[in-house]
Amino acid sequence: MTMRIVVCVKYVPDATGDRYFAEDLTTDRDAVDGLLSELDEYAVEQALRIAEAADDAEITVVTVGPEDAKDALRKALSMGADKALHVEDDDLHGTDVLGTSLVLAKAVEHTGYDLVLCGMASTDGSMGVLPAILAERLGVPQMTLLSELAVQDGVVTGRRDGDLASEELRAALPAVVSVTDQSGEARYPSFKGIMAAKKKPVESLDLSDLGIEEDQVGLENAWTTVLEATQRPARTAGTIVNDEGEGGKQLAAYLAEGRFV
Amino acid sequence: MAEVLVYVDHVDGAVRKPTLELLALARRIGEPVAVFLGSGVDTAAPMLAEYGATRVLAADVPEFGAYLVAPKVDALQAAYATVSPAAVLVPSSVEGKEIAARLAVRTRSGLITDAIDLEAGEEGPVATQSVFAAAFTTKSRVSKGTPVITVKPNSAAPEVSPAAGAVEQLAVTVADLSKGTEVVSRTPRESTGRPELTEAAIVVSGGRGVNGQENFHIIESLADSVGAAVGASRAAVDAGWYPHANQVGQTGKSVSPQLYVAVGISGAIQHRAGMQTSKTIVAVNKDAEAPIFDLVDYGVVGDLFQVVPQLTEEISARKG
Ligand SMILES: Cc1cc2nc3c(=O)[nH]c(=O)nc-3n(C[C@H](O)[C@H](O)[C@H](O)COP(=O)(O)OP(=O)(O)OC[C@H]3O[C@@H](n4cnc5c(N)ncnc54)[C@H](O)[C@@H]3O)c2cc1C
Ligand SMILES: Nc1ncnc2c1ncn2[C@@H]1O[C@H](COP(=O)(O)O)[C@@H](O)[C@H]1O
Repeated sequence: MTMRIVVCVKYVPDATGDRYFAEDLTTDRDAVDGLLSELDEYAVEQALRIAEAADDAEITVVTVGPEDAKDALRKALSMGADKALHVEDDDLHGTDVLGTSLVLAKAVEHTGYDLVLCGMASTDGSMGVLPAILAERLGVPQMTLLSELAVQDGVVTGRRDGDLASEELRAALPAVVSVTDQSGEARYPSFKGIMAAKKKPVESLDLSDLGIEEDQVGLENAWTTVLEATQRPARTAGTIVNDEGEGGKQLAAYLAEGRFV
Repeated sequence: MAEVLVYVDHVDGAVRKPTLELLALARRIGEPVAVFLGSGVDTAAPMLAEYGATRVLAADVPEFGAYLVAPKVDALQAAYATVSPAAVLVPSSVEGKEIAARLAVRTRSGLITDAIDLEAGEEGPVATQSVFAAAFTTKSRVSKGTPVITVKPNSAAPEVSPAAGAVEQLAVTVADLSKGTEVVSRTPRESTGRPELTEAAIVVSGGRGVNGQENFHIIESLADSVGAAVGASRAAVDAGWYPHANQVGQTGKSVSPQLYVAVGISGAIQHRAGMQTSKTIVAVNKDAEAPIFDLVDYGVVGDLFQVVPQLTEEISARKG
């Protein structure tokens, strides 16, 4: 039987650019170029490795996001995923994590899945909770923040390095897994992969296709409201000294002045 | 007055400092009711009471340790049903955020993660967050359901405020659905005797400039001279010089100490994301152009192998 792997990928503003808020206090997506969230590349990579080790597997990448989010899907397809699903709807603008997770859960169910893979966090919102919420919504085991992972005979095993301990975990499929950037470097798309990606199917769905009422998503219906967003004042220029043999002592004096020593 | 649930983060009854901070924040919006899961409530309860817990709801079932996250959500949900709180506060640990998130779904409530401050507002608590690698500060509130808010360490000062803090047993039934992810084994992280990275008042971090595992003692000595925790950049971690548990940044720990000392670290955006909200930042780097110098209150351009040992020695001398 074909193992159905679904990878959730997010399209985000480039973290190395200057990111801003739009007037409605949502993330400004025009100010900076967008791309596939770097941390989701690790999820795509694990999907590819699992598929390569399996007899028969199919990888679908799913994103919930604006028109441009297709770029993120293309990147994942060029890495080697088989097909893509894009959930796009004007009513989605401003949706928060509870709404997004609702849409993703429906999208994943629509596709059919044995294994759902996510990144550890998106590089813009970076809440890192969507995978846990997805597991809750789908009613399947949560195997999150794994730095090591294997799938065999319908069972996922993996290691989670938590705050206080490392845990070896185990769950039967279907399950939701998220992987950290320790799980293994993501491959670069090959030229062949990039060419092949152009011919791979990308399905587009809107909210009504998924049977989601518009009052469950969007800025107006979000579960949280951003009241204000202020740019952090630039740090006032500090004192910078060249070490001419006394740099350590000068720094010690500075720290003593601040009562740190 | 409305009650506010505070999820207790502890190790066998030793309450971790972020929980005490949460109790202080909870008192701004209501009466804190602590939820204590696992063993050691007898040790923890007096401390929770001293810092303002009016009640301590306690539960200890084997499923908490046997399965990941979900059984604790069942328990927190039971506490929620008992108390009908005005808000639920949870420490922003890896596990805390996931517990909070799943509770929010179950209670049809809005979720705010990684708050760095909290105050009472007319329409419910207002949370401050630091976003986009700390380039922006936002204020938000929950607009549906009961606010579920996770709060980062070092967001408030713990305040002694004695309250009754009577322990009440919380009845918890763990659903079969919550037993999906088995914890096969658990290896606690070895204690280094140094402060916990996310809780420390001072953090000293080393990067690629430290140039080898064998040189990290230079960072550790400086840290020990000021009672600091030790951090590392991803470059140092990836090179195998220091454990991943000590990584500071986007994919490591996020820290907000009184003082952050960056040694041999260039200051890439992903590193800044985890330390930019530190109160005072100092750096030692031999490259005057390194972006870390844009952040510092005090910087020394120089060779860390000269500057840092001299600094450590001078600190020891000053302490006498
Ligand atoms: C998805 C993703 C996630 C990431 N997450 C993180 C993260 O969580 N944390 C993190 O730190 N990084 C993270 N990074 C990596 C980040 O982009 C940088 O590569 C990393 O922070 C660089 O570490 P560094 O500053 O130690 O090394 P470098 O950038 O190489 O800087 C070393 C510095 O040391 C100085 N130096 C060298 N020798 C000496 C000397 N003798 N004396 C004084 N100074 C000296 C150099 O001038 C230089 O500035 C992430 C990257 C990606 C793509
Ligand atoms: N809009 C989205 N579309 C698809 N996947 C998403 C979306 N938002 C978040 N995810 C997935 O959930 C993970 C964690 O996201 P977050 O909780 O937002 O930090 C990401 O790494 C993605 O795998």
